[in-house]
Amino acid sequence: MERQSTGAVAGVDSSFDQLNRDWYIDKAVQILVFLGGISAIVFIIGIFIFISKEGFGFLVGDFNFREFFFSPNWRPTSESRETFGILALIAGTASVTGLAMLIAIPFSLGAAIFIAEFASGKTREFLKVTVELLAAIPSVVWGFIGLAIMNPVIIQTFDVPVGLNVLNAGVILGLMAAPIMTSIAEDALKAVPDRYREAAEAMGATRWQVIYKVVLPAAKNGLLGAVLLGVGRGFGETMAVLMATGHSINIPTSVFDSVRALTATIAAELGETAAGSSHYQALFTIGIFLFVITFIINLAADLIVRGIRKG
Amino acid sequence: MVGPEAGNPAAAPMESAVKLGVRDLQISYGRETILDDVSFDIHEHEIFGIIGPANAGKTSFLKAVNRMDMFNPEMTVGGSITFNNVAVDKIRNVYGLRRRIGVVFPLPVGLPLSIYDNVALAPRLGGQKNRAELDIIVERCLTRAALWDEVKDRLNSLGSMLSGGQQQRLTIARALSQDPELLMLDEFSIAVDPVTTMRIEDVLKELRSEVTIILVTNLVQQARRLADRTAFFLEGGCVEVGLTEDLFTGEVKDQRTRDYVEGRFG
Amino acid sequence: MFEASALNRKNETRQKLFRFGLGTMTGILILPVVLIMGTLIYKGAPVISFEFLFASPTNGMTAGGIFPALLGTVLLVIVALLASVPLGVAAAIYLSEYAPDNWFTRAINLAIINLAGVPSIVHALFGVGAFVIFFKFGTSILAASLTLAIMTLPVVIVATRESLQAVPMAFREACWNMGATRWQTIRRVVLPNAITGILTGVILEVSRTAGETAPIMFTGAAFFLPLLPQTVFDQTMALSLHLFVVSTQVPGMPEQLPFGVALVLISMVLLMNSLSIALRMYLRGKKKW
Repeated sequence: MERQSTGAVAGVDSSFDQLNRDWYIDKAVQILVFLGGISAIVFIIGIFIFISKEGFGFLVGDFNFREFFFSPNWRPTSESRETFGILALIAGTASVTGLAMLIAIPFSLGAAIFIAEFASGKTREFLKVTVELLAAIPSVVWGFIGLAIMNPVIIQTFDVPVGLNVLNAGVILGLMAAPIMTSIAEDALKAVPDRYREAAEAMGATRWQVIYKVVLPAAKNGLLGAVLLGVGRGFGETMAVLMATGHSINIPTSVFDSVRALTATIAAELGETAAGSSHYQALFTIGIFLFVITFIINLAADLIVRGIRKG
Repeated sequence: MVGPEAGNPAAAPMESAVKLGVRDLQISYGRETILDDVSFDIHEHEIFGIIGPANAGKTSFLKAVNRMDMFNPEMTVGGSITFNNVAVDKIRNVYGLRRRIGVVFPLPVGLPLSIYDNVALAPRLGGQKNRAELDIIVERCLTRAALWDEVKDRLNSLGSMLSGGQQQRLTIARALSQDPELLMLDEFSIAVDPVTTMRIEDVLKELRSEVTIILVTNLVQQARRLADRTAFFLEGGCVEVGLTEDLFTGEVKDQRTRDYVEGRFG
Repeated sequence: MFEASALNRKNETRQKLFRFGLGTMTGILILPVVLIMGTLIYKGAPVISFEFLFASPTNGMTAGGIFPALLGTVLLVIVALLASVPLGVAAAIYLSEYAPDNWFTRAINLAIINLAGVPSIVHALFGVGAFVIFFKFGTSILAASLTLAIMTLPVVIVATRESLQAVPMAFREACWNMGATRWQTIRRVVLPNAITGILTGVILEVSRTAGETAPIMFTGAAFFLPLLPQTVFDQTMALSLHLFVVSTQVPGMPEQLPFGVALVLISMVLLMNSLSIALRMYLRGKKKW
C-alpha cells in the first residue's frame, strides 16, 4: 500500500481526512434509513389527515355533537330526515368488546401464569407455539366460524331464533383477543427477574404465594398493558363482528340481542355510498372517532408498560 | 505533571516527528471526569507504554484517540489530540483516521465471519479486491499475530468460534491488516499464554521500524521489555512520563510511580 | 419441616389445585379452537380438489373453484411486500443502528405501535382517502397493496429490529475500530447475521397480509371478476374477501363451499406462521458466536 510519507519533519498529514466515496455512501444511507424511520410517523399523521379530510365536510356541515354521540338512530339514508347517531353502534361495540374481555381476561391471564410459571420444557414450547398460531387466524375466518359454526350451536343450545348476537360475537372476539393477551401477559411475567422469585422462595413461600404476592404485583403494569391492548384489538376488530353480531342497530338488553358495531358499519356501508355524500363523510367521521380512541388506548398501554421499565 | 518540553531528555528519545500529540486532555462520562490534564507527545517509530492500575483512564484514552466517543453520547473529550499534527476532533472523515490506527482492546472479538474474512475485512474496506493480494495480507497478518500455524487449514471456519486466546490473536491480526501507522494495544496478552505473548512481543519489536505503537499494559515488566518511554496513569491523571529505563531504575519524579513499578500497590 | 406437616399438606393440595385450575384454563382457551379447526377440516376437506384450487368460480360463485381469488391474494401480498419490506427494514436499521435515545425516537416507536393498533377498517378508510382518491390509483391492486403494506409495516419493523439488536455490540465496535463506516459495518457484519431473523418477520407479514380483509374491501378487491387482473391498476379478487362473499352475500350457496374456502385460507396462513416459527427455532439452535 502506498502512503504519503511524513518524514522526520513535523508536517501536517491530513491525507486521511478526505470525504471519499465510502463517506458519502454512509451519509446517504443514514439519510435513507432516517426517512424509513420517520415513515411510521408520517403514516400515522397521514392516516389522521386523510380520514379527516374525507370526513371534514360532515364535521363542519351536518355534524351535530349531541345527535352524533347521544342519538341511537343511525338512519343515514332516510328519505325524510337523515340522522347520524352512533349511540347504538357504540353500545354494540361496547357490549361485544365487554363480553369478550369478560371471557378473555381471566382465561388469558390464567393461561399466561400457567405458561410462564408452571409449564416447562416441551409443554411450554408447545403452548407458546399454539398460542402464537391462534393469534394468526385471520379475522374473516373467525367471522365465518361465528356465522357457520357458533350460530347453529347457539340456536340449539339456548333455543333462540337468531344465533348471531352479542353472545356469538363476544365469544368469537374473546377467543381472538385471548392469544394476543396471553403472549403479552406471559412476556410481562417472564420479565420479572428470577431473583425476586428466589428471594421469596428462600423465605419459605409456596409457589402460589410467590406468584400472588411477588410475581403478579411486579408484573402488574405489563399485565394491564396486555389487557388494554386486548381491549384495543376487540374495539377495532371489523370482519368478525360484521359477520357474527347479526348486524342490526340495537341497544342490547341481553346477550341474545343482535347488535351492530362501529367498525362493521363502515365496512358494510362504505361500498354503497357516493363519495362526498353526507353518509360517506359520516362514515369517515366514525373512522376519526375509532382512530382517536385506539390511539388513546395504545398510548395508555405504552405509557403503562414503559412505567415498569423505569420503576 | 510532566510535559514534553524542549531540552527535557525524557521527552524525546528519538529525533523523529510527533505522531500523536496530547494536550490538556480531559475525558468524562456524563458528569464524571475519568481522565484530566494529560499532556505528552508520542513520536514516530517508538513503542510508548502506558501503565497503571485498573480504572486509571488508559482504555478511555485510546478510545479518545480513535474518536470512538462518536458512538457514546455520554463520553466527552476536552483538550486536544493531534494525529500527524491534525487535530482529531476537527476531522470530518473519522473513518479515514481509524483506518490508519489499529486498535486491540482487551476483550477479544472474533467477528462472525470466516477467519479469512476477518483479516481481509479491513483491506476490503479500503478497496482491495485482488484475491492474491488479500491472500498475502491474510497470511502475513496471521503469521505476525502467531495464529497462522493453528488456523491455516481452516481459514473458512468462523472467527467467532475460535478459543478466547485465538480470538485475541485474530483481533491483533485484524488490527495489523489495516497496515496502520499507529497501533494501539490494550492489554493484548490478557487471554494469551506466555509463550505466544513472547512471540507477539518479538513481532512488536520488529514492527517498530514501520509503526508507532502504544502499549497499554497492566504488566509492568511487559512495558519494561518493550517500551522506549512509558507513561504512568493513576486515578484519572498522568503522573509521570519518562524513558522506561528511568522509571525502572528509580529515576522518577513521583514516589507513587516508584511504588507502583516496584509492586507496592495496584 | 418437622412440625408443620399438616400445614404443608394443605399448602401442597392448594398448590396442586391452583396448578390444575390454571392448566384447565389454558386448555379451555385452546380446546374450542381445536374443535373449530376439526370442523373446518371435516367439512372443508371434501370440497378441496385440484379443480377447486385451479378453476374459476361458476354459476354465480356457487360452484367451480377459487383460482382468481388465490391468485389475487398472491399478487396483493407480493406488491405489498415490495413496498413494505424495504421501508420496514430501513426503519428498523434506523431504530436499531442510528436512533439516539430521545423523544423523537420514542415518537417513532409510538407511531409504530399505533400503526399496528389502528383498526383495520380505519386503514381501509385511509387507503380510500389517500391511494384511491388522492393519488388517483383508483380501486386497484396497487391501492389495496399499499394499504396492506402500511398496515403490516410494524410486523417487519419489529422483527427486523429485534434480529438486528440480537447482534452483539462488540462486533460493531470491532468494525468501527478498523475504520468501517456505519453502513459498511451494517452491510458486512450486522445484516448478514440478522438476515434469517428478518426473513421470519417477512414470512409473518405474508401471513398477516394474506388474511386481512377489511383494508382491501374498498381499495382494490372485488367480489367477483370475470377476468384475471392484467396490471397493478386492475382490481382483483382475494381469498379473504372471497370467504366473506361466499359466506354472506350469495344466496343459494352450497353449505360446504365456504368451508373449503376457509380451510384453504387458514391453511395458507398457518403454514406461513409455522414456517416462520420453525425458522426461528432452527436459528436458536444454530449459534454463530
